[in-house]
Amino acid sequence: MLLFYHFGKYLLFLKGMFTKPEKFRVYWERTLHEMSNIGIGSLAIVAIIAIFQGAVTTLQIAYQLISPLVANPVIGSIVSDSSILELAPTITCLVLAGKVGSHIASEIGTMRVTEQIDALEIMGINSAGFVALPKIIAGIVMVPMLIIISIFLSNVGGIIAGQASGILTPDEFIQGARDTFRTFNLIFSLIKAFTYAFIITSVSCYYGYYTEGGALEVGTSSTRAVVYSAVLILFSDYLLSQLLL
Amino acid sequence: MIELVNIRKSFEGKEVLKGISTSLEPGKTNLIIGASGSGKSVMMKCMVGLLRPEEGSIYYDNRDFLGLDDKEVREIRREIGMLFQGTALFDSNTVQENIEFPLKMFTNMTAKERLDRVNFCLEQVHMQGINKRYPAEISGGMKKRVGIARAIAMDIKYLFCDEPNSGLDPVTSRVIDELLLEITQEFKITTIINTHDMKTVFDIGDKIIFIYEGQKWWEGNRADVKIANNKELKAFIDASQF
Ligand SMILES: Nc1ncnc2c1ncn2[C@@H]1O[C@H](COP(=O)(O)OP(=O)(O)O)[C@@H](O)[C@H]1O
Ligand SMILES: [Mg+2]
Repeated sequence: MLLFYHFGKYLLFLKGMFTKPEKFRVYWERTLHEMSNIGIGSLAIVAIIAIFQGAVTTLQIAYQLISPLVANPVIGSIVSDSSILELAPTITCLVLAGKVGSHIASEIGTMRVTEQIDALEIMGINSAGFVALPKIIAGIVMVPMLIIISIFLSNVGGIIAGQASGILTPDEFIQGARDTFRTFNLIFSLIKAFTYAFIITSVSCYYGYYTEGGALEVGTSSTRAVVYSAVLILFSDYLLSQLLL
Repeated sequence: MIELVNIRKSFEGKEVLKGISTSLEPGKTNLIIGASGSGKSVMMKCMVGLLRPEEGSIYYDNRDFLGLDDKEVREIRREIGMLFQGTALFDSNTVQENIEFPLKMFTNMTAKERLDRVNFCLEQVHMQGINKRYPAEISGGMKKRVGIARAIAMDIKYLFCDEPNSGLDPVTSRVIDELLLEITQEFKITTIINTHDMKTVFDIGDKIIFIYEGQKWWEGNRADVKIANNKELKAFIDASQF
């Protein structure tokens, strides 16, 4: 029951956000600010995850496929494809759910418990739209870009690991990656990125916005935002794979 | 003028406001007094629409506030300024950005015009020159004053103050009281102040509404308050003396 209650309230929250912005310029400035927060702010962690994830996958695939019958480039193609299809978008966004999601929920939650949201309302501003919309838009613009960077870097990580361990040469890796590359896979990956970005930002805004109480509850909202975003990411991962693959 | 007619509000079956009717007059300081937990904040939040009463009507200069849609409510709210108990300043913005904010949102003023207006408002609250400071860098009394400056940045008709003196020392409290009185008279606004500070009542209360157990128990002016023949009001006043 509670699930339906929250889902309905969440939909109303989303619907309530969309009114004509009081001043387009102010919204635009806030969106740019959030883009830099979410995009630039997450670049380092995304890069680290991507490189290691590519490297580890390469070693692991090589270990699992050890056989004279398997040509070396196959390793490159498996690593590259699984990065594009699943690892880059999903792993990255699960981490972003923690980083970006908790930040959004605690920021908005603090605004709520210190009455800053009420202050916006009193000024005649649509507070839900004002605090949430720039973050959601920034998220769905920046996260796909991060995912593209992540895909690129996980291939780099794979190449480095393959070379360093003497499993395959960079040329073999790239040849393998090219052989099985399909544009559709990249599109699928970006669809995932959009979806996850929307989930992370909107769910976190929702939990932050409806915080009640004080500092302790801000912490609770932030935890909830992360947990529910992560669960929804995994769920939609399954759903999208079922529908589109 | 703001009129309340039979306002009722309850939370989870517990009735907090049990049918309150009164009017709040322009150019005057209207004080809502009562013990902690008597429902002053709830009453104020109902008036500005942050809470919705189950019953009753609210009229802003004859406009039926509870009958309006979201968009019309927002129109009226642009005539409202509010000083929150915890000031509710945007803590990621400087003092100047805080005061400037409603101007940026709702007017087409140039940066220069906005700056002039910000400085004018800061002057009104005797806080010139703190434009670049952040809320975390100024004292509680200064935050309250910046809160007032932000509330009057737009040309408002109604000013709501929820416990403007809470957490302030007696000297600063008097300064805030004086400011609120000055602003009310100078700009002819309808000012509504929640307080349990009897000094405020005796100093600046034009109209006083005493809330007791969710009801309007007594209403009058500051001269009457001292001689009022009302047991609960007397007890409340006596408890505040020392
Ligand atoms: N959002 C809320 N949910 C439930 N009860 C509330 C809520 N807001 C206020 N109350 C209750 O209403 C009563 C009056 O509170 P309030 O108006 O804040 O008192 P005060 O006169 O001190 O401002 C209190 O008993 C409080 O517990
Ligand atoms: Mg109160």
